Amino acid sequence: MSEFLQQLINGLSLGAIYALIALGYTMVYGVLRFINFAHSDVFMVGSFIGYYLGKHIPENTVWGGIVILLGAMLGCALLGMLIERLAYRPLRGAATLNVLITAIGVSLLLEYSGQVFFGATPRTFPAVFPSANFNFGNLVISTNQIIVIAVAALLMVGLQLIVYRTKIGTAMRAVSLNPKAAQLVGVNNDVVISFTFGLGSALAGAGGILYALNYPSIDPLMGVMPGLKAFVAAVLGGIGNIPGAALGGLLLGTVETFVNGSQWSTYKDAIAFAILIIILLFRPAGLLGKFTVEKV
Amino acid sequence: MNRLAEGGRLGLALRLLAVSLSLVLALSPSVSAAAPDPIRLGEISSLTGKEAAFGQQAHRGILMAVDEVNARGGVLGRPLVLLAEDNQSKPGDSATIAKKLVSRDKVVALISSATSSQCLEMAPIAQAAKIPFVSTTATAAEVTEKRDYIFRSCFIDPFQGAVLAKFAVGTLKAKRIALVTSVSTSYSVGLSKVFRERLASLGGEIAIDQKYSEGDKDFRAQLTAIKAAKPDAIAVTGFYTEAALLCKQARDLGLTQPIFGGDGWEAPELIEIGGKAVEGTYYVSHYSSESTAPEVRTFVEKYRTRFNGETPDSNAPLAYDAALITIEAIARAGTTEGPKLRDALAATKNFPGVTGRTTIDSQRNASKSAVMLTVKNGKVGYVETIDP
Repeated sequence: MSEFLQQLINGLSLGAIYALIALGYTMVYGVLRFINFAHSDVFMVGSFIGYYLGKHIPENTVWGGIVILLGAMLGCALLGMLIERLAYRPLRGAATLNVLITAIGVSLLLEYSGQVFFGATPRTFPAVFPSANFNFGNLVISTNQIIVIAVAALLMVGLQLIVYRTKIGTAMRAVSLNPKAAQLVGVNNDVVISFTFGLGSALAGAGGILYALNYPSIDPLMGVMPGLKAFVAAVLGGIGNIPGAALGGLLLGTVETFVNGSQWSTYKDAIAFAILIIILLFRPAGLLGKFTVEKV
Repeated sequence: MNRLAEGGRLGLALRLLAVSLSLVLALSPSVSAAAPDPIRLGEISSLTGKEAAFGQQAHRGILMAVDEVNARGGVLGRPLVLLAEDNQSKPGDSATIAKKLVSRDKVVALISSATSSQCLEMAPIAQAAKIPFVSTTATAAEVTEKRDYIFRSCFIDPFQGAVLAKFAVGTLKAKRIALVTSVSTSYSVGLSKVFRERLASLGGEIAIDQKYSEGDKDFRAQLTAIKAAKPDAIAVTGFYTEAALLCKQARDLGLTQPIFGGDGWEAPELIEIGGKAVEGTYYVSHYSSESTAPEVRTFVEKYRTRFNGETPDSNAPLAYDAALITIEAIARAGTTEGPKLRDALAATKNFPGVTGRTTIDSQRNASKSAVMLTVKNGKVGYVETIDP
């Protein structure tokens, strides 16, 4: 039983990171109807910003950790908006496929520029937050796991509030529903889309820091696998749906952890993706997504 | 007559002078063309990427060997040129680079510090081109099997697995071992297989078998399962990046058992990433920089002077030895032709290297002893030497 609970905790802390990245995919999809493949590399840049900030900020302090987290979020938000302005905006109105291929191009550009600027050698991420372990009987929870789950939960609630309780959130939903109509009633689409990219990328930046806290070896290609998993999580929960992305991330992280702890650990990714296929067979729009018929 | 004779003598002298002058003039361009052609050695290492710590050290070792030989005037009266290429620690790249070095750069021998999987990509290319290939650290047995142009300067995994089993049962007094294998590398899979067999023959048993893939970063799931199995010790047969993360997460989860692994652990990054968590862990190595052997002392000294006081782990001396063994074979063969160089390499006996006296056996493996090292106060210390 204690093994089961321990695996559940492990799975939830991994899933929380997938969920944070998945939110970025889902928000951009919700507003623009395309998958921003460069998102997983913004996540990588987030942890490198943390790495370089960590050299100037004392380790093992709560305020230092918060400064690094906010710094990475801000840096990634700017990067996300820059990518949107330079790569995606000129293609607004073009076929979705063109934007999709551009996204893959931006992703590769970030990965390989990362290898040039940061070097391909894995770096050791500093211990930015003070760490300790708490024992509950046989269960062990590290402060890092608590920080991951707490920060992820906080950011998700914050995101929900922004989308449903603020003016810009209302505008985002309006653009998502019908961009032309939104423009007609006075919404500035460019500002809204730029904001969406900024917000999603900030979450990826936070995800990058939290991921590096738990797995302190970072390199320019580190975003590829978590990015793919987070994309799957977003589809699993229903792409375009914010609580769905969170649910998908947690589910995928937990399943992966349980398979990993069993004797079939070699097949962990295969099993995780098989579950995705089965869920999509029964619920084509994902767990929380609504199936809509595309009008021609 | 006299004057004539004199004039004749003068004329002869003049003619001789003219001939010799014209000879010098005629010869001078061909003299520079005959300036000894350099001997090209190809190196394929992981200079960047996940296994960069191996490749960077090995590259320095090879560079030191080549520079020393060139300072002595080269080999066969010809200078050596090292063509070093990076495989970025990625699967697939090594084969492409090996093809390029063999067909375009016309190297006479290949030296590689890449992992066993990567060496297995290059081996068929070297074999087909009849170019001797010396691996510095590929310990998987199959690397040199069935291909008579493939050599190595390190011990092999069957031996290393036996050393690990002997160490676990003899020194650690551990009977029930949790075994963690990286299923995506031939090195780890091979090492685990031999370790399991030898452990059983020494009366130990595998308490639980766990697996992961290269590049994985989360091992908490496997470690939680290991914790429930309550083993005496944990064996991790993969490479340093994963091993360091695994040790960290094991200590976080409250696992206090000793953790040990193969020579894939050897890199400064193990301590850098693992920090306090790798204290008291053990691994196999090819040499100890603390050894008092004169060859080791001189090598460590030279390495420190050249590379800002850094202390080499076993990758640099293994590569240094591999390069010198190859160069010595070229000298003995008296030619750089592949088949003759191969025969000379195969005849290497008692070569006095930094990592011990190397004899190439009939399977083209180096037979020599291994050392166990441990991490103490953030530094690597010597535990014991285990013989074949």
